[in-house]
Amino acid sequence: MMESVKSMRETEAEIVEAFSLFDSWEEKYEYIIDLGKRLPPLEDAGKKPENVIKGCQSTVWLVADYRGGRVYYRADSDAVIVKGLISMLIQVLSGHTPDEILSARLEFINEIGMMNHLAQTRSNGLLAMIRQMKNYALAYKGAGVNENGRHE
Amino acid sequence: METATFPGFDVMAIREKFPILGRQLNGRQLVYLDNAATSQKPKAVIDALVHYYSRFNANIHRGIHTLAEEATAAYEATRVTVQQFIRSASPEEIIFTRGATEGINLVAYTWGRTCLGEGDEVVLSGMEHHSNIVPWQMVCQEKKAVLRVVPVTPTGQLDLEAYHRMLSPKTKLVAVVHASNSLGTINPVREMIAAAHRAGAVVLIDGAQSAVHLEIDVRELDCDFFVFSGHKVYGPTGVGVLYGRKTLLEQMPPFMGGGEMIREVTFEKTTYNDLPYKYEAGTPNIADTVALKSALDFLEQTGKDRIRRHEAALLAYATEQLQAVKGLTIIGNAPEKVSVVSFTIENLHPQDIGVLLDNQGIAVRTGHHCTQPVMDYFRIPGTVRASFALYNTFEEIDRLVAGLQKAVKMLA
Repeated sequence: MMESVKSMRETEAEIVEAFSLFDSWEEKYEYIIDLGKRLPPLEDAGKKPENVIKGCQSTVWLVADYRGGRVYYRADSDAVIVKGLISMLIQVLSGHTPDEILSARLEFINEIGMMNHLAQTRSNGLLAMIRQMKNYALAYKGAGVNENGRHE
Repeated sequence: METATFPGFDVMAIREKFPILGRQLNGRQLVYLDNAATSQKPKAVIDALVHYYSRFNANIHRGIHTLAEEATAAYEATRVTVQQFIRSASPEEIIFTRGATEGINLVAYTWGRTCLGEGDEVVLSGMEHHSNIVPWQMVCQEKKAVLRVVPVTPTGQLDLEAYHRMLSPKTKLVAVVHASNSLGTINPVREMIAAAHRAGAVVLIDGAQSAVHLEIDVRELDCDFFVFSGHKVYGPTGVGVLYGRKTLLEQMPPFMGGGEMIREVTFEKTTYNDLPYKYEAGTPNIADTVALKSALDFLEQTGKDRIRRHEAALLAYATEQLQAVKGLTIIGNAPEKVSVVSFTIENLHPQDIGVLLDNQGIAVRTGHHCTQPVMDYFRIPGTVRASFALYNTFEEIDRLVAGLQKAVKMLA
């Protein structure tokens, strides 16, 4: 499944452009909520305790696959705004190589004015989410796993 | 919109005394409804901190110079004010701590480690804050004592029949919250204390939520220990109070060793200072303790009975108005509550609601409020909690309801 992959900066630029159209916080959040609702739910098998990223309030599940040298993420949350933010992270990071993921600076979060939200890391666990996504990339890079193998 | 006010209770004049309430958030006037987490501070308290550092900062109880005497007098004046605030018999029974949590830990480490043994029972309630669970778990584990938990009922009250059945000669301590931070329930602690005493147990009351709302009289309650935090009674953070019955405080070993708590030190033997200093090792939090007096004076001057009436009216109004929000369920429907209203909204996560309220300038608390057992009992991940203080208004409750309607619409 080796589709042509946009560069991370291209995906980030698209997100930033979408947000630039919004005048109010309501529109911005409605967009994030919509992204959250449209993110495919994780199957029950993926919602096992090992996949939980502990935030203070909402539960986030993250699963990663490694195929053809690229990392693919799937995730879910019981809170829809967090799920929308995760959806954007997946859009940007998923399908890239461990090296690309590890060097990602994710500047779009600041550019769309969601840094405040991110700063509340203790309550929404988003920073923990990014850390865990990078941890997967690091593990795949370091373990030298069979690139055709499927790792969850 | 209702604008009931009480004679002599001018909420707008009270608001003027709290500088932070003038803040704008996201272009909207701040609506601060997270008072059960911490209260805002009146200017008198902020000024007292500045005044202390500007005029008479010194270490207390040892200096012979003027500043040390003034600082000591101010620090000890707070102790007397606290004694009057909770009507204890003498200032010696007032120990300054960092907060309610430290007060509970002090009792667990000193009384608990000397008075609990294998098979002894410690009775807690199912609506305790983690601060009144974990210290007892730690000491019970060490002493092989047993924790017993009084169950919560569907209305968010304690099952008193179960409580009475639980008491036995094995019960050594009952530690119970006066008013629940997540449900608002005011527990019938007087009755519970009397029953515990009949069983021969000692009683600790967690007054973290009650001290700001209710008249506290530790002698009338007849509790053995009572703890509260300064920052929840319009005072500074970092200072709290442990009240202890004198006979118990005299018997218990010290909590921490160091300066101030000693009478004489040799390498062979140290003798301890008198109460209350025996429990106040090291240089205490002088400035915040001094400023705590201003907070308690403010509460007394405003009048706790009038504050209670205003807050009860706010609670009743909020409870009624919140019914208009589709799918909203109030968690905790005890007949006697402090001004805390906790709720869930069908199919919505509390965190999502909290984020959307924050964007409208409304500060509430969302989550489990450090009472996970309560959330487990109600089978919910958490609640949205609005908690009201003396400076909150009916208009702010209208803003909350409108904010919730908007959040529900956006999340639907």
